[in-house]
Amino acid sequence: MENTLQAVPQNWYLVLSTFLFCIGVMGVLFRRNAIIILMCIELMLNSVNLLLVSFSAYSGNSDGQVFVFFIMVVAAAEVAVGLALLMSIYRNVASTDINVLNKLKW
Amino acid sequence: MNDNMIQDTLLVTPALLVPLLPLIGFLINGLFGKFLPKTFTGWIAALAILGSFICSVTLFNGVNANSSISIDLFDWIAFNNINISFGFLIDSLTITMLLVVTGIGFLIHLYSIGYMHDDEGFTRFFTYLNLFIFFMLLLVMGNNYLVMFIGWEGVGLCSYLLIGFWFKNTAYNNAAKKAFVMNRIGDLGFLLGIFFMLFYFGSIEYSAVATQAQTLTPNSTLLITITMLLFVGAMGKSAQLPLYTWLPDAMAGPTPVSALIHAATMVTAGIFMIVRSNILFSLAPATLTFILIIGVATSVFAAVIGLLQNDIKKVLAYSTVSQLGLMFAALGLGAFSSGMFHVVTHAFFKALLFLGAGSVIHALHGEQDIRKMGGLGKYIKVTYITFLLASLAISGFPFLSGFFSKDEILAHAFEQNKTVWVILSISSFITAFYMFRLVFLTFFGNFRGTDDTKKHIHESPITMTLPLIILCILAVVGGLLGLPEVFHVQHAFSTYLSSVTEGSVQYLTHHEKVSHSTEIALMSFAGIGAIVVIIFAYSKYVKKNELPAEDSALTGLNKVISNKFYVDEIYETVFVKPITVLSDLFLVLVDKLIIDLAVNATAWIVATTGKTMRLMQTGNTGFYVFAMVIGMMVLLIIRLFI
Amino acid sequence: MTLLLLLLPLVAALAVLLSGNKMASRVALLFTVAEFGLTVYAYTIFKQQGPEAFVFFHDWISSPKISINLGVDGLSFVMIGLTNFLLPLIVLSGFNREYSNAKAYFSLILLMQFALIGVFMAYDGLLYYIFWELALLPIYFIALGWGGKNRVPVTLKFFIYTLAGSLLMLFGFIMLYYYNPNASFNITDLYNNPICSCNQGWLFWMFFLAFAIKIPIVPFHTWQADTYSEAPTQGTMLLSGIMLKMGTYSLIRWLLPILPAGVAEWGPLAITLSVIGIVYASIIAIMQSDLKKLFAYSSVAHVGLIAAGIFALNIEGLQGSVVQMIAHGVNVVGLFFCADIIINRTKTANISSLGGIRNVAPRFNTLFMIVVIASVALPLTNGFIGEFLLVYGVFKYNTWLAVFAGLTIILGAVYMLRMFQNTMLGNTNEQTQQFADLNWSETLVLGIIAFTIVVMGVYPKPIFELVQPSLDIILNKALAK
Repeated sequence: MENTLQAVPQNWYLVLSTFLFCIGVMGVLFRRNAIIILMCIELMLNSVNLLLVSFSAYSGNSDGQVFVFFIMVVAAAEVAVGLALLMSIYRNVASTDINVLNKLKW
Repeated sequence: MNDNMIQDTLLVTPALLVPLLPLIGFLINGLFGKFLPKTFTGWIAALAILGSFICSVTLFNGVNANSSISIDLFDWIAFNNINISFGFLIDSLTITMLLVVTGIGFLIHLYSIGYMHDDEGFTRFFTYLNLFIFFMLLLVMGNNYLVMFIGWEGVGLCSYLLIGFWFKNTAYNNAAKKAFVMNRIGDLGFLLGIFFMLFYFGSIEYSAVATQAQTLTPNSTLLITITMLLFVGAMGKSAQLPLYTWLPDAMAGPTPVSALIHAATMVTAGIFMIVRSNILFSLAPATLTFILIIGVATSVFAAVIGLLQNDIKKVLAYSTVSQLGLMFAALGLGAFSSGMFHVVTHAFFKALLFLGAGSVIHALHGEQDIRKMGGLGKYIKVTYITFLLASLAISGFPFLSGFFSKDEILAHAFEQNKTVWVILSISSFITAFYMFRLVFLTFFGNFRGTDDTKKHIHESPITMTLPLIILCILAVVGGLLGLPEVFHVQHAFSTYLSSVTEGSVQYLTHHEKVSHSTEIALMSFAGIGAIVVIIFAYSKYVKKNELPAEDSALTGLNKVISNKFYVDEIYETVFVKPITVLSDLFLVLVDKLIIDLAVNATAWIVATTGKTMRLMQTGNTGFYVFAMVIGMMVLLIIRLFI
Repeated sequence: MTLLLLLLPLVAALAVLLSGNKMASRVALLFTVAEFGLTVYAYTIFKQQGPEAFVFFHDWISSPKISINLGVDGLSFVMIGLTNFLLPLIVLSGFNREYSNAKAYFSLILLMQFALIGVFMAYDGLLYYIFWELALLPIYFIALGWGGKNRVPVTLKFFIYTLAGSLLMLFGFIMLYYYNPNASFNITDLYNNPICSCNQGWLFWMFFLAFAIKIPIVPFHTWQADTYSEAPTQGTMLLSGIMLKMGTYSLIRWLLPILPAGVAEWGPLAITLSVIGIVYASIIAIMQSDLKKLFAYSSVAHVGLIAAGIFALNIEGLQGSVVQMIAHGVNVVGLFFCADIIINRTKTANISSLGGIRNVAPRFNTLFMIVVIASVALPLTNGFIGEFLLVYGVFKYNTWLAVFAGLTIILGAVYMLRMFQNTMLGNTNEQTQQFADLNWSETLVLGIIAFTIVVMGVYPKPIFELVQPSLDIILNKALAK
């Protein structure tokens, strides 16, 4: 029942994915370029994916890996829509700086 | 027994017809009146009352003075253990009132056909008048207090409608409103009295209440409360201090109305009610004393005001208030049948006086100020003679009706309380004085009005004079109904009523009957006193030809009396003004400012919170995300550590 | 039968909507008269078979358990009878008036009827709540669409205010459901499983506030006068004639028996508030110069007395409140119709600029007079029976409160007669000399009202008999310790 994934202790996965997630969060919080924010969101999603896969492997249940596929599909769709939106925003305001996009306020 | 039952069933029809006929008359005139010829409507109304009168006479013949008939029509307010039926009780007291109401009512209807002939509201007048009689009959015929209350309020309504009959005149409308509202104050007392009886006795039927009341200790708080509340009702309806001010104002109505409602019938309802509940009242001597005080005070107070009034109807109005006070004094003395006796004789002569006054006003085309009359005796003989006789009767001139009924009350006063006797005698002399001041100023001397009016002075038509003559006969001989025992006859009136009043005898304190010689002395004193006063008035107003001063020339006490002791003004400042001020205050301050402000403040707080909170919506995506992360972290911390 | 009674107005509303503006009022009248006929027929069935004939039960939502549970007992029947009696009159009172988009107007009125009947029939708490809220929508749009100049803020206030109250009630119902061992909204479950008295106190306020705002009891009345004077007449009639009675009906049906301990705890406060409201509103009415506002304040006084009678917790008070609900419904519709006639012809609601109408419109005068004396509670009119029993009910509760409540007898006469004198009596002026007497539809409406006033005043017994069994049950529950 040895699994290649189990070659690494589970804590390491946890730590790694936490780091990745935090990097993603920080990126979303502090960067202003919309493309980078999008990439950071992807990073967060993938950190969760990593966690799901590792837990799945350790618990011997494939549900988690199925979820990863779902998430990847959704993420792909999200990136497609997100980039399309960004393109259209860029055409309109010639910028991808999210601080320019503050029209939706009181 | 069986015979009695058959007899009773035979009498049910007339008993029901008594109130039904005026109601039918009211409905015919009210619904179809405008399609009928004018005089016709008057006659329908008059005939309806005549029919009632005939039925009343049938009842008088049919019902034994010692028995009574009870008729239950239907359950009115009935559920659980409350059972108030719509029913009639006919005994000697009821029949006495029935005869007075329908008899005098008929005469006044007849009179009105002539008096109101040129009025545009002719049909309307008779419609209201019939409705009034209907309610008055309910009042006297009911077998429980609530049916009496129907009549009680109903006559108040009719009084309102008839005082404000000439509704274009604002002053008249105000008088009507005042009458209704003041009556309502009394009615609230009456209603509360009914509640007490219903609650503590479980019934408001007269006989049940009387039986229940006798199980209580005399003068207990409950009995005093009930009787006082009932008396408050009587004060309103019968215009006693302090609720009398509506009655003089009520003279705004057409004169037949003043005669019927504000002299002969409606205003005596209070006396009727107390006599009806005589057992209850005799069990509460404290209330009787109170009634005595109010009655005596009203009697003198109103008589004094009557001295300086110059409007022919106002004089009569204050005289009515004063006489009603006398009747209440009689009740306060426990002399229930004497009070009723005076109700009857008073109905005769006061109705006559008002109708006579109406005839005078009719002759002078609406003039009511006695300073502008004078010498009318030559022109309108029938009116003059009947009016004179009625004045003699009310003044207590020997052997006329008022003499006997008044003396009976005075004799009772003398038996029980000499002070009361003195005050009532004074009041009675004042009455004689102002009545003859009125007579002399109106009918004696020379005419003081304009020549134009003088030319048109004419005697009234037969429909008006006939009632005067009939009433005059009654006013003169009415005293024979109750000849005192001094004359070695049985007192017919009190014997007739004895089945009603005997129940209370045992609860009243007994006083030594005055001896026959004393009684004769009292009678002579009163009779001679009245004659002396009349002669004094004669010398003052006929011999010396004195005239009442103009209103502006009055000074000091005279001015105060002439202005009716400023009672109306006092009420205005003490009750009316504060309520209007309070009303505005409530609306502006409490409603708009405090309550509504609280409501609007709630809305304002919500709106302001919203306004402040929306400032967080900066539009800066970074900020949103930042807030989201912080929020999640806070939730996480709460979940983990708290 | 039950469903037919309930759904006919809904069908009618659709039919009116489809009938076009010209025919709308007539179609509406036809349907309301049919509905009234149906009610009369239902009465005969009710007499023979009792409430069992009217039970309708159908599952709706299984969790949380909400069912379509309809029924008609004596109390419901009286209220439905009132609704269905007044609706034809209300529709008829809209004849010969011009309305933009009449079909929507009359359709909303009928929709209102549907919701009101639903409120009186619902035996399931949540269903009842749905109908309660449903009744608010048509009246809001009626007032907003056809109201006076100042309608927008006024109707908004009315809507939000009553809605806020209703939300408290919804919360109350959810809590009842939560505390109920059977976990249902069914009224018999709620009646038979009283919740812990520790929770009844605050639950009382949840319900009481909702009803007090609707009734309205002072000090929750400030929406009323403005709404009455801004809403179109038919809206005002619906509001004052029937919708207020939803509040008083609900006090009897949903508050007393379900939260007896709460009522025992807070009832004294409620009755005191009600009695204060009577005197307070009457005094304000004395100086009101706006005809509709005057009637609005008089209405506050009258319903205050009804609420006081209900909280007196005795059979006289309850019987009186039912009779007075009917009587007040009939009378207030009459009063507002008279106000509408006056305002429509003279273009003013200010009583000081009126006067002398009696000279030119004797028929109107007579009928108006009858309505006025009924609302000052003269014996042999319907108003008297109700007020007599209510004040007696309060009397049994507390003598002094009854004295204050009884002041309505005096104050009512003061403001009503003042109003009557200022509008009808005296001499005509420019505003009133052209006043036309009643036309046939107006005569019919006021004639029917006047007739009802007298009949109910002389023979109220059928109503007593109809509601006695329901009230006995409710009173039993309300007094249960």
